[in-house]
Amino acid sequence: MIRIDRVLLLTSVCYVPLVSAEWQVNLIEGATDISRSVYDLHMIIFYICVAIAVVVFGIMFWSIIWHRKSRGAKAAHFHESTWVEIIWTIIPVVILVSMAVPASTTLIQMYDKNNADLDIQITGYQWKWRYKYLNQDIDFFSSLTTPQEQINNQQAKSEHYLLEVDKPLVIPAGKKVRFLLTSNDVIHSWWVPALAVKKDAIPGFINESWTLVDEPGIYRGQCAELCGRDHGFMPIVVEVKSPADYQLWLAEQANLKVAEQQSAQRQMSQAELMAQGEQVYKARCAACHQPEGQGIPGVFPGLVGSKLMTGDAAEHINVVLFGRSGTAMQAFGEQLSVVDLASVITYERNAWGNQGGSVTVQQINALLKE
Amino acid sequence: MGNVEQVVHSAGHHGPAKGLTRWLFTTNHKDIGTLYLLFSLTMFFVGGCMALTIRAELFQPGLQLIRPEFFNQMTTSHGLIMVFGAVMPAFVGLANWLIPIMIGAPDMALPRMNNWSFWILPFAFAMMLSTLLMEGGGPNFGWTFYAPLSTTYAPPSVTFFIFAVHMMGISSIMGAINVIATILNMRTPGMKLMDMPLFVWTWLITAFLLIAVMPVLAGVVTMMLMDIHFGTSFFDAAGGGDPVLFQHVFWFFGHPEVYIMILPAFGVVSEIIPTFARKRLFGYTSMVYATASIALLSFIVWAHHMFAVGMPLAGELFFMYTTMLIAVPTGVKIFNWVATMFRGSMTFETPMLFALAFVVLFTIGGFSGLMLSIAPADFQYHDTYFVVAHFHYVLVPGSVFSIMAAAYYWLPKWTGNMYNETMGKLHFWLSFIGVNVTFFPMHFLGLAGMPRRIPDYALQFADFNMVATLGAFLFGLSQLLFVYNVVCCIRSGKKASNEVWEGSHGLEWTLSSPPPYHSFIEPPIFSHPYKDGHRGE
Repeated sequence: MIRIDRVLLLTSVCYVPLVSAEWQVNLIEGATDISRSVYDLHMIIFYICVAIAVVVFGIMFWSIIWHRKSRGAKAAHFHESTWVEIIWTIIPVVILVSMAVPASTTLIQMYDKNNADLDIQITGYQWKWRYKYLNQDIDFFSSLTTPQEQINNQQAKSEHYLLEVDKPLVIPAGKKVRFLLTSNDVIHSWWVPALAVKKDAIPGFINESWTLVDEPGIYRGQCAELCGRDHGFMPIVVEVKSPADYQLWLAEQANLKVAEQQSAQRQMSQAELMAQGEQVYKARCAACHQPEGQGIPGVFPGLVGSKLMTGDAAEHINVVLFGRSGTAMQAFGEQLSVVDLASVITYERNAWGNQGGSVTVQQINALLKE
Repeated sequence: MGNVEQVVHSAGHHGPAKGLTRWLFTTNHKDIGTLYLLFSLTMFFVGGCMALTIRAELFQPGLQLIRPEFFNQMTTSHGLIMVFGAVMPAFVGLANWLIPIMIGAPDMALPRMNNWSFWILPFAFAMMLSTLLMEGGGPNFGWTFYAPLSTTYAPPSVTFFIFAVHMMGISSIMGAINVIATILNMRTPGMKLMDMPLFVWTWLITAFLLIAVMPVLAGVVTMMLMDIHFGTSFFDAAGGGDPVLFQHVFWFFGHPEVYIMILPAFGVVSEIIPTFARKRLFGYTSMVYATASIALLSFIVWAHHMFAVGMPLAGELFFMYTTMLIAVPTGVKIFNWVATMFRGSMTFETPMLFALAFVVLFTIGGFSGLMLSIAPADFQYHDTYFVVAHFHYVLVPGSVFSIMAAAYYWLPKWTGNMYNETMGKLHFWLSFIGVNVTFFPMHFLGLAGMPRRIPDYALQFADFNMVATLGAFLFGLSQLLFVYNVVCCIRSGKKASNEVWEGSHGLEWTLSSPPPYHSFIEPPIFSHPYKDGHRGE
């Protein structure tokens, strides 16, 4: 069905009405009661603007067409009228008040954060999101999976180019989910258009927002506040599951946790560590330190031949685990599993001609416990 | 006494100094006005090249031309240069040229300070642009430079950026003091405040805004400087500071700042429309009050830029209501312009075309501003291309078109020669088409969900981005016509009469074209252009 407002919008710009995703011209209605109220507000204010525009520009173009000197128009002499000024002050005020009422109602609904069924803490990091389910043992990072080859035009771009992540945020349908937003470094903003939720994630602050999605589905969004180099590369994917599927997902997360703990017990060879480390490096480190470890002078330090890579392993592990405060180097100890940490540090110490020797899971565990 | 008279008298006959020193040491308001306008034009092209770099990268999805870190430097520098280097100096240039000859004064009240306030600018911008060549790159945190991205996480060059902003602030404050001193003290006898041309009125109000908020900007960058180098924690939560405080202080400057860039434009358009409608401006008094109301309201709306930072409900409601209120005085101005045209006798020379486009396109920018004021809807619009479309509609076909209109309108007065009308009209139509093709699709992009300040985007945004880029290059290239036309007009052209336009009104049109180097050595007799049976009445 072609919506009437869409047709109006399209014809208003004299554009051939092809309704396709590529030429989307309007806000989406979204998947929640709130997002639909916001959409309605948007359309009302839009129509009010169109109506005012028709009247004002109508009179203006009437004058331009008929009251031109080349048609022999003689200028009139009127130049002020207190009554007219009062009228065109009062009418806009009335229109604005009629607009403020529904806007305030919706805003008050949005601010009603009580009685949530589920609380999720969302933390912004340069440039990924962390989702921590409060009172449950679920805590994971969610980062972009679009490969660099697609971004650099060496591969065809996939359907959800730049809007795909490794682990989406999973929430149950029909439940009120409260988000507690904060940040680990700079200000980010968590935005999913279909939920009409956009809230800044600010270091040192906890902001609240909530959603209640009726239908299962996958909803995509992006960071909306400039947060540095890869601001354009930190998408959000929310997977809304039916309550039954959501319970299955919870069970699956618990199993994964056990499996991860088991793999940390196993001894890995240097070749295994290097292979896995390369994967982790590409996904997590290459954006700043560059694929060949050369870094960007003055911004991100290079790793090739760096003292840290070839010197004492404990110092290297320390930086990766706990980050360098005041720089973009984050504390990866909380972001990666011990196996990933051991592999990526081993990789950094032995790739690109570095000769720093390998690092074991046990070394990492020892430092993490301190 | 006799001596003084003699000195004044001989000053009237001495012309400009020769060579480069004329421009370096000049205290003449016309020379300084010209310097400001040429500086602004240069910065318009520098910032324009940055805009085209941005648009070229966004022509297609994927990273083709520049890397994300350089993209961020381009968006930041483009914004800073266009706001502080192109639009603001252009209006100060117009103020310098026009205010004295509109109020019958021989010069600005503080000519030496005038020289200084201009000559600070080239150094400030040279310093800011030089950061692009430094290790770590130039400012990359957006023209709004939100902390902590601009403090803890900033490149080392941020210190130079802070110093450059301080210098620009000093220049603006001195310019504003000069404007106020001139308008309040140097009007020709008989010209009351409510007799002043609207351009003078809007600049008087703008100058007060500048004096009120430029120190706030200086304060906020100084707090950044302290955080970066002296161990304070104004904006660092880890030290007990508050990153949101930065935004409150910045926007307390920033919102009046956007009116600083539009109020003089209102003044320009209020001069031009009556001339070419051959009819007196409708509702002069209400125009003055509307301008003052907008200026006052601008101090209590700042947090509408921050609806998403998590303010309490009462704060959101307050800033939503005050912001919506701004539509009332702005509406009054637009209705007055339309009423001025209604039953006039209109002709459509280039300045009028730009002024008419201003009315229509600025109003469209005003509509999207009204939509943005609705806080719940703003959660969807905020930090998307819808906002980019909104502020470019009020700044490009708003402020920039009014500056173009002013340039065409007063060029014959300034140079004594008519510009090429055909070329002017061509410039207008190419600019008009270019501006709309560039910025109108950005409304759609924003509503469809494209965030601003991203170097690469999802595939559903590809088509409109391509259209916008084509429009941007059309707009950018057509500005070369303007330069060519201005250069030709300075060098030669049909001689302009004193009145220049059939419907012109005001003291500046009583001077010769071009006016003498020192004009109104003796105060002219002021007679209200309409009250005394002047043509047009």
